[in-house]
Amino acid sequence: MRGLVSFCVGGVFGMGLLLSGMTNTKKVQGWLDLTGAWDPTLAFVMGGAILPMAIAWQLSRQKATPRFGDAFPQRPDPDITSSLAIGSILFGIGWGLSGLCPGPAMASLGFGGGSSWIFFVAMAFAMSLQPYVTNAVTKVIQ
Amino acid sequence: MPLDWIWGLVGGLLIGTAAAAYLLLNGKIMGASGLLSGVLDRSTQGKSRIEALFFLSGLVGVPFIWHLVVGAPDTHLISNTAVLIIAGLCVGFGTRLANGCTSGHGVCGISRLSVRGIIATAIYVSAGVLCVYVGRHLLGLI
Repeated sequence: MRGLVSFCVGGVFGMGLLLSGMTNTKKVQGWLDLTGAWDPTLAFVMGGAILPMAIAWQLSRQKATPRFGDAFPQRPDPDITSSLAIGSILFGIGWGLSGLCPGPAMASLGFGGGSSWIFFVAMAFAMSLQPYVTNAVTKVIQ
Repeated sequence: MPLDWIWGLVGGLLIGTAAAAYLLLNGKIMGASGLLSGVLDRSTQGKSRIEALFFLSGLVGVPFIWHLVVGAPDTHLISNTAVLIIAGLCVGFGTRLANGCTSGHGVCGISRLSVRGIIATAIYVSAGVLCVYVGRHLLGLI
């Protein structure tokens, strides 16, 4: 059952990204382009997505467990770490350069052609490498 | 063009509904970068890894089937391989270091009023805006 839910959630998420225009890199870069021909679409997407999710967080407080699970996710450690800041800066640079973040990058794999796959392979490679690089850098600093 | 924001809102509601269902049914946070790395990382518990794989199948598969039936939506992906690789590396490394992307920190974090999610989003959006400004208006690269 959890597998089926995961598949459906992935599918609805992918269709939401596609229909909202977030697999169109021009619209994403257009939203980031404050001094150019600004495209407001992404703000509507974010607003539309946050609303049901805010309700879901409220509902989760009234329930002991999720329908098919043991526990709701814990609140993460609230510390604002340098990892959070540096990671988000790097992510923002890549996002601005390409107009792609991880969700739309994957949702467009089926129709985005070679460019889509080149980006995806580079992204997946960096994700796999990140823990080792971070460990090595931490050792050098200490 | 005038309908773009309506599609943005519709797609956003779908994204938020998917995230809400994932939380209330499976007790999981719908973060695209986290779920992808859950598949890539060999140390992920077997069950979680299979669920993440189901999620990715839906995320890639359903828009793929949609494009076969309705036609491929515009992606306007850049074709410069070097830029795609650099952007992919930044997005992959950055989202893992920061432990989240637009869906995890953005949609799921902001809706929970998570300080980490809000700060991460403010940072990657600012970096994205700056990147588009420099890349498009100063250097004319993107």
